[in-house]
Amino acid sequence: MSGGEIDRLILLLSRLPGLGPRSARRTALHMLKKREGVMRPLMEALAQVAEKVRACSICGNLDTSDPCMVCADPRRDPALICVVRDVADLWALERAGAFRGRYHVLGGLLSALDGIGPDDLGLDRLEIRARDGGLSEVILALPATVDGQTTAHVIADRLEPLGITLSGLAQGVPVGGELDYLDDGTLTAAFRARRPV
Amino acid sequence: MIEWTDRAIVLSARPHGEDAVVASLLTADHGRHGGVVRGGQGRKLRATLEPGTLVQAHWKARLEDHLGALSLETLAGVAGLVLSDRDRLAALASSCALVDVVLPERAPHPEVFDSLLALLDSLAHGESQGEDDLAWAGTLARWELDLLAAVGFGLDLSRCAITGKTEGLSHVSPRTGRAVCREAAEPWLSRLLPLPTFLLQPEGCPRDGGEVVQALALSGHFLETSPLVPPGKTLPAARRRLVDRVARWATISRVP
Repeated sequence: MSGGEIDRLILLLSRLPGLGPRSARRTALHMLKKREGVMRPLMEALAQVAEKVRACSICGNLDTSDPCMVCADPRRDPALICVVRDVADLWALERAGAFRGRYHVLGGLLSALDGIGPDDLGLDRLEIRARDGGLSEVILALPATVDGQTTAHVIADRLEPLGITLSGLAQGVPVGGELDYLDDGTLTAAFRARRPV
Repeated sequence: MIEWTDRAIVLSARPHGEDAVVASLLTADHGRHGGVVRGGQGRKLRATLEPGTLVQAHWKARLEDHLGALSLETLAGVAGLVLSDRDRLAALASSCALVDVVLPERAPHPEVFDSLLALLDSLAHGESQGEDDLAWAGTLARWELDLLAAVGFGLDLSRCAITGKTEGLSHVSPRTGRAVCREAAEPWLSRLLPLPTFLLQPEGCPRDGGEVVQALALSGHFLETSPLVPPGKTLPAARRRLVDRVARWATISRVP
């Protein structure tokens, strides 16, 4: 049907998240039809990202500079560190604009199934940052799952002796959420965390 | 098409492809059973697939030995109730991981299902306050011994292996799993495993963190040395974390 190069492109595209062989074929065809408008800019962007983007040596965020833009920003509060599972969570918090401190990206969660232990998550790096001083609070913004909260508790166990305030994200009714549709765990957590109106 | 419907407890779920997971369940009548849950990585099913969730599971496959597909409906969630409690969360993770490692697949163990359900219920109700509330820790330690018994490696704590006495049992032989009374244990104290007294009473509660540590060391020894753990593997990391956590209370309580 086509040359080996196109098949290879389709194969590579089909390995991307959210794309299967059919959508990879459509994507490849779209790019081939719009070579100048889509394909070349995409090639250049991919080449630049592959060349320049690195993990920040301080927080683990992905950026073209090291330290990353977040760590280098003097307007951010250096006394606050928000611990997140991966860069996608950091981006989500940045989109929300809810946090003006600095981050620490773990790169995963403790998981018995996947054999991920504390050493694999760079918890030593976090502890060194906490020991360096000047920190007033570490916010553990980790998923409300067994693995996520187990990781949060292990981090809390390590940082508690340093006398830093540790906090976690609240669990409860989401914006636009109706009680009837919430699971029992969320409802119970929301009830326990009720506050004066 | 072979199919069944059963109550089950979610033990673990690992991603399979982009949206599915392979779940491991402990069912009431079909033992530990796996299956593919389509859409298991999606928002709707994520809470259902947390360890400890009681579900109504429907499994079907074309042949008996196929992995098969599972559809799940939540009956009761436990994880959400213990997420903020470090000790109980560690106990939940440990017990589910332990069953996942120790029980053979597809061998019915209704008594393990019932005992795990009771354990999860005791974890879900109440707040742990370290050494101030050790009832759940006693239930957990006893449950581990019940798990050993269910898979054929139960300890004999009914009488002393040497004197036959039923009173004053204080240690357990690490080789035979039989209890030994205090006077008979005297010459071999360094080689025997301490037997916390609460394990001898059906509803006994540990007196302190030290007794919980001893009980977990006892069950841990027999879990590790039995052929239940596959060669080259150790007990789950979740159990090690639980033991570390309990050992920490015990240490703190001994500091004057």
